[in-house]
Amino acid sequence: MPDYQTHEYDVLVIGAGGAGLRAAVEASAAGVRVGLICKSLLGKAHTVMAEGGMAAAMGNVDDRDNWRVHFADTMRGGQYMNNSAMAEIHAKEAPARVRELEAWGALFDRTPDGRILQRNFGGHRYPRLAHVGDRTGLELIRTLQDHTIHQGIEVHMECTVLDLLTDAGRMAGAFAYDRERGRFRLFRAPAVVLATGGVGRAFKITSNSWEYTGDGQSLAYRAGAALMDMEFVQFHPTGMIWPPSVRGILVTEGVRGEGGVLRNSEGRRFMFDDIPENYRSQTADNEEEGWRYTQGDKNARRPPELLTRDHVARCIRREVREGRGSPHGGVFLDIAWIKSRVSGGAGHIRRKLPSMYHQFKQLADIDITETPMEVGPTTHYIMGGIRVDAETQMSDVPGLFAAGECAAGLHGANRLGGNSLSDLVVFGKRAGEYAAAYAKANGAPQVNPDQVDEIGARALEPFNRASGPNPYDIQHQLQDVMQDLVGIVRRQEEMQEALERIDGLKLCAAQVAVPGNREYNPGWHTALDLRNLLTVSEAIALSAIERKESRGAHFREDYPEKSAAAAKFNLTIRQAADGSMALGHQPVVPLTGEQKQIIEEMK
Amino acid sequence: MATATPTQAAPAQRIAAGQKTVTFEIWRGEKGKGEFRAYDAEVSEGMVVLDVIHKIQAEQAPDLAARWNCKAGKCGSCSAEINGMPKLMCMTRLNSLPIDKPVRVEPMKTFPSIRDLVTDVSWNFEVKKKIKKFQPRAPDAPDGTWRMRQADADRVQEFRKCIECFLCQDVCHVLRDHHLHDRFIGPRFFVYSAALEMQPLDTADRLADLRLRDGIGYCNITKCCTKVCPEEIHITDNAIIPLKERVVDEFFDPLGKLFRRFRGE
Repeated sequence: MPDYQTHEYDVLVIGAGGAGLRAAVEASAAGVRVGLICKSLLGKAHTVMAEGGMAAAMGNVDDRDNWRVHFADTMRGGQYMNNSAMAEIHAKEAPARVRELEAWGALFDRTPDGRILQRNFGGHRYPRLAHVGDRTGLELIRTLQDHTIHQGIEVHMECTVLDLLTDAGRMAGAFAYDRERGRFRLFRAPAVVLATGGVGRAFKITSNSWEYTGDGQSLAYRAGAALMDMEFVQFHPTGMIWPPSVRGILVTEGVRGEGGVLRNSEGRRFMFDDIPENYRSQTADNEEEGWRYTQGDKNARRPPELLTRDHVARCIRREVREGRGSPHGGVFLDIAWIKSRVSGGAGHIRRKLPSMYHQFKQLADIDITETPMEVGPTTHYIMGGIRVDAETQMSDVPGLFAAGECAAGLHGANRLGGNSLSDLVVFGKRAGEYAAAYAKANGAPQVNPDQVDEIGARALEPFNRASGPNPYDIQHQLQDVMQDLVGIVRRQEEMQEALERIDGLKLCAAQVAVPGNREYNPGWHTALDLRNLLTVSEAIALSAIERKESRGAHFREDYPEKSAAAAKFNLTIRQAADGSMALGHQPVVPLTGEQKQIIEEMK
Repeated sequence: MATATPTQAAPAQRIAAGQKTVTFEIWRGEKGKGEFRAYDAEVSEGMVVLDVIHKIQAEQAPDLAARWNCKAGKCGSCSAEINGMPKLMCMTRLNSLPIDKPVRVEPMKTFPSIRDLVTDVSWNFEVKKKIKKFQPRAPDAPDGTWRMRQADADRVQEFRKCIECFLCQDVCHVLRDHHLHDRFIGPRFFVYSAALEMQPLDTADRLADLRLRDGIGYCNITKCCTKVCPEEIHITDNAIIPLKERVVDEFFDPLGKLFRRFRGE
């Protein structure tokens, strides 16, 4: 029977990125006791890496923008697989969430008349992203973090949840360990908000930090909630590819928003070669018009480099496969060329894209004001996740809420850049609000001591084995499997093979041994992460096999076209009674009359 | 339209020819008691110190404790002292180090050791709680929004680049050598205070705290903090010195203060 310390809250928030912090702030404002758990130190969550901005139809730069256009853009980008109710809430509430950040101290870049500046981004019809240079995520997380510390929220840093606790089917809390000393912690709470982010560490090439091991999705799945849309994994078109040790690190879409262009080894702007039909009327058909768009000409249409991420990523892959790639297997992203078009060119680039300048200078010895960058696709984001109610963000398990990347619905088959940061604050706030209301309305649940003992005992098993597989090896093998077999282009046989190999890795993971003790032991931490990584990997592969069409971020070489029949359902994943993973179909949320009309008008 | 053909990326300085073995001497221990242990690792072009730490964890020492998150210089988790210099491990390329000799990696010295390269930085989080929060003036426009010039935002945006790696705290002699943690908040929190004091919308006054509680007078502007800042924030020149001037104006120049108030400055 493991020892543990007990904490009691009304609302327990797991994850302290944008969504978790915003949820904690809201729940605390509702007057309930809030505990916040984060896997890292406070303020280090993956949100800090977001660069480009947060999408909100404030219309500060182009007054033609409003929530209707943002809604239509989000649905088009998501290939109409989105939960349209979430897309509508998001488009309507994002501006208020941005303004509120300013009231809490965020300092966004300004328009000439002193309002919040907005920039262009892929798939957004008008300049819509409130931003701070290319470090918007840092501004968001720091603003929320600094606001949080004056709200009386108890923060448990470097603490990882092992499993959620249930009482007769409803939420009862979570059982966790602190990374520093390896001690167990029992958190009792009637309402739990998951805000744990994504799954990128299941892939070899990713822009995601180590924390992204699919924790929230797996915790919810094991607690009985449904996952949805797990086949939709976004590969960002522009990650660094050279040198090898930086492979996958993100190169912000903001580079293209500021006028950066993609070229192949022949110097050709290949993005003009393939413009999808549903974007043709919004896309520039010549280089000059595209340039004018990036410089704010309202009569110009956007350059094809700013098409949606799924499309750009596949075009890059095509160029590389057909032998027109860059020396290290990517393509060229050139921002240096704009020096011929703007005064003080090099300084202008450094001011607009300071982190990118810094990143390439320091990690690749490349001055982006002089030399084109080499870029290629990198695993960036999962649109799928925990299925939630659009209004309340509650999952199928009463008392269990989810917000941000770990929740599904808003983005459908493909997320637009800039819609993630706004997602975090719009739905983080809602999750916090409804979790607090739920906690007030429902009494304290019982924690089952047997469940707690079992979780604790399982977590300690890797120390009890004298020998066994190395957890790092298993993680690396899984990353190879997912990268090679369930990556940007998918085929039936390869994904079947992936499933078989995941099954094999599950057996290995159950046998891992780690040396040392429980105090800050990364080998142990990695061993415990494996279970979640394997769960989400299996969910992704199963769903991707089932969706026999190509749509949004999900591309099947054996089914390269969209299927009208497959457009009618989202895929769900649940744990069956026998412990196996069960797939389900559910009808896509129907559009309201007004939503249909908006989409029709904006076509 | 410029149609320049992209040139091939300039090759980074090669680590010899292809692969090479480098010796890392890493501090291993708990709560300040421990020793340097040597690990040989195969390295390749473009690697940073954190890559080598990961390689050693995966191949030789699974329980080697190190903090990291983004591996892109954006989160400020992987601070350590590399050959005696406070740096981010993820942004320190091997070709910036003399790798023909052993590379020494040890935890930040100003904070209590937890294990191996991990230190207890919780003091920093406690300090931040004491600093008065942001208090905006009433909104400028009827819709509840504010107006400000980019030029006024610029000055504060420099401070808000801070990734809280605490390398400036690590190198500051007031903390590192004199251990005045109970009466001196350190460069990070002078930058934080400056960001609040110079925020165009903020109305709170933190000058008395800075002088009496936060110990700004202890800083004798040796600029060690500025030198190690990975975000290249001009900590001393742009944050600490202007704050010192404001404190002096407020408390030691009453006539000048009256005069300025009279002139509405």
